[in-house]
Amino acid sequence: MITLKNAHLFDPGTGLSEKGSVVVENGKIVEVLKNKNADTGKVYDLNGKHLTPGFIDLNAQLGEPGFEQNENIKSGTQAAAAGGFTTVCSMPHSHPINDSGFVTQYIMEKIRTQSVVRVHPIGAVSKNLEGLAMASIDSMVRAGCVALSDAKSSVMNAYLLRKTMEYLKTYDIPIVEHCADNNLVGLGVMNEGLVSSQIGLRGIPHAAEDVIVSRDISLAAHTGARLHLAHLSSKGSIEALAHAKARGLKVTAEVTPHHLLLTDEELRTYNTAFKLSPPLRTEQDRKALVDALRSGVIDCIVSNHTPHSEEDKDVEFENAASGATGLETAFGASMELVNKKELSMERLVECFTTAPAKIFKFKDRGQIKAGMLADFAVLDLGLSWTVDSEKFFSKSKYTPFNQKKFTGKVVSTFVGGVEVFNLEKGILH
Amino acid sequence: MSLLGRSILDVSDLNSQEVFFLFDETKKIKRGKQNPPALENLSKNVALMFFEPSTRTRSSFEMAAFKLGLRVLNLSVSESSVKKGETVFDTAQNIEAMRPDAMVIRHGGSGIPQQISKLVKIPVINAGDGFHAHPTQGLLDGFTIWEKFGNFKGLQVLIIGDIAHSRVARSNIKLLQMLGAKIKVCGPPTLIPPLVTELGVTVDYNLDSALKEADVVMALRMQMERQTSFQVPSLKEYSTLYGLSAERAKLIKKDAIILHPGPVNRGVELVSSVLRDPRSKVMEQVHNGLLVRTVLLSEVMGVKR
Repeated sequence: MITLKNAHLFDPGTGLSEKGSVVVENGKIVEVLKNKNADTGKVYDLNGKHLTPGFIDLNAQLGEPGFEQNENIKSGTQAAAAGGFTTVCSMPHSHPINDSGFVTQYIMEKIRTQSVVRVHPIGAVSKNLEGLAMASIDSMVRAGCVALSDAKSSVMNAYLLRKTMEYLKTYDIPIVEHCADNNLVGLGVMNEGLVSSQIGLRGIPHAAEDVIVSRDISLAAHTGARLHLAHLSSKGSIEALAHAKARGLKVTAEVTPHHLLLTDEELRTYNTAFKLSPPLRTEQDRKALVDALRSGVIDCIVSNHTPHSEEDKDVEFENAASGATGLETAFGASMELVNKKELSMERLVECFTTAPAKIFKFKDRGQIKAGMLADFAVLDLGLSWTVDSEKFFSKSKYTPFNQKKFTGKVVSTFVGGVEVFNLEKGILH
Repeated sequence: MSLLGRSILDVSDLNSQEVFFLFDETKKIKRGKQNPPALENLSKNVALMFFEPSTRTRSSFEMAAFKLGLRVLNLSVSESSVKKGETVFDTAQNIEAMRPDAMVIRHGGSGIPQQISKLVKIPVINAGDGFHAHPTQGLLDGFTIWEKFGNFKGLQVLIIGDIAHSRVARSNIKLLQMLGAKIKVCGPPTLIPPLVTELGVTVDYNLDSALKEADVVMALRMQMERQTSFQVPSLKEYSTLYGLSAERAKLIKKDAIILHPGPVNRGVELVSSVLRDPRSKVMEQVHNGLLVRTVLLSEVMGVKR
């Protein structure tokens, strides 16, 4: 038995915000004591710090298999633990691509032996992510995949997407779509707008995202499938999403801290750490994303952790890979929204816990109540810290937030009642 | 005011006082007789690093360096060095290790000279990067206009063609606006950059009406090598709508000047007779380019001219 005492229990999922303690046995919560402390078994004294459900990330890349030089399951999940994430869903664009049960099984074995937190793979929609034919859906789901996605690209063939959505009726898992029309993206490397016009980089118009969002919503309406829109960036797609939700469709969406906090103005220095997919957009878009997150039109926040090496990133802007690390900065950076009063603390924590749990139907986590997995993040909301990518557990050091100062940080992480990360002691697993 | 040791990455690295100083100095060497270069200049080296094909700019910088008596290291990499396993940043640092006193860089990627200038300790002169900037072209165009009109206040400058993919347009817009000119752009809507009006530029899709008001008519090269397709139906259609024909040239003011950064696609941006038109300063631009670059190199490198 384990007890976490002197905590500020903070769980938007159950409406909990009180002093108290949690008793854990066999990896699960057995008792939540409000305004009471227990001293059962091994006791962790949290000294009044916030205790929330462990964070759930629906969109990360962990590098394995194939890109171990950038990240592997071990380093990636250490980064997750350091960021308060106790569940990570990993995207299928590994090498080989996770488009069959064989690859899923290999990843599951790596997870079993290497992982510090819980990891659930996401399988490919199409074979080899080519957008031409369905991947081996049944074998991937049986091996452990919890959703399907073509990762960094939309399923451009609408007929294939429609048929996959229909096929998924018997599985009850969502399709996660990266929304960007390949032809409209073309050779674009940043948001198309005033900044791209000034600095002479090819732009990606908002419409590249908007048309796929609208198309996918139509197909979700037609098939009744669960559609989850990955890392939205554009104001226009939010309007379509709000309309779809008002119609009662099973459509959900996520956003990254990068898009909630930064704009294309950052690109003026040609720093490739800011080259993301989708690209950073304008202040108008940023505000719309924050508003949509506040109102619940956008459901949750994801890390969109995309580890790249120096060889991928330290090259000409046009040739640089898109994406940045995110697991270790996601929560701390997002606290900026709370500190600037753009978002409530309750909504922020909801976006990392109960909201993503609902989208992927993780029924055993995301809330602090008896019977749930004893996965927790411990937060020090007053702690000021500076992002130092050299100290990341992730092998990849590319983050747009490097050297930025934030207030509020994850100081300890528990998976199944076991402390896996502690700010002073590092990774404990 | 000194340009010694400074990188010139875009025209915005100069203020208008510095620009007019460069113009004055350029005028001096244009009018004065050429002196043999100072002997001590022989000990100075400039690296010309061209990662993209160039005829005019490259030979212009090379001739400018010769005029000053500098030693020149020529590096020509036709393809992106990335394909050879070395990044352009590695290449630049390797060249720096050979201790040149300045670098002149042309690269197809926007922002490359800016990024290199942060890595090396010697001054970097941008000889054109991607669609972003071409400051010495801006300066030579500015000088050519200044020579003719004496000032920029109230001057109407019309830039025609592929604005979206043009570093020449971007540097000219910045420079000429800074000096007080009014800029209008004209071209197919597909080749006008988004939100360009927010830069204080007006847009006209009707060339005939735009030509009548212009004091300076600058036709840009249709850069077929940059087109990704779907920009214009054909070069024929482009020249019909936006080319300077002999007929259209009649609409241009008598005392206006016609510029083109070269190389000209004859019959596309302008017809041969327009090149021969007394208002055309296209060859003058090339000569002025040599002089402007001579002055700029000597100022940045601190050598006598």
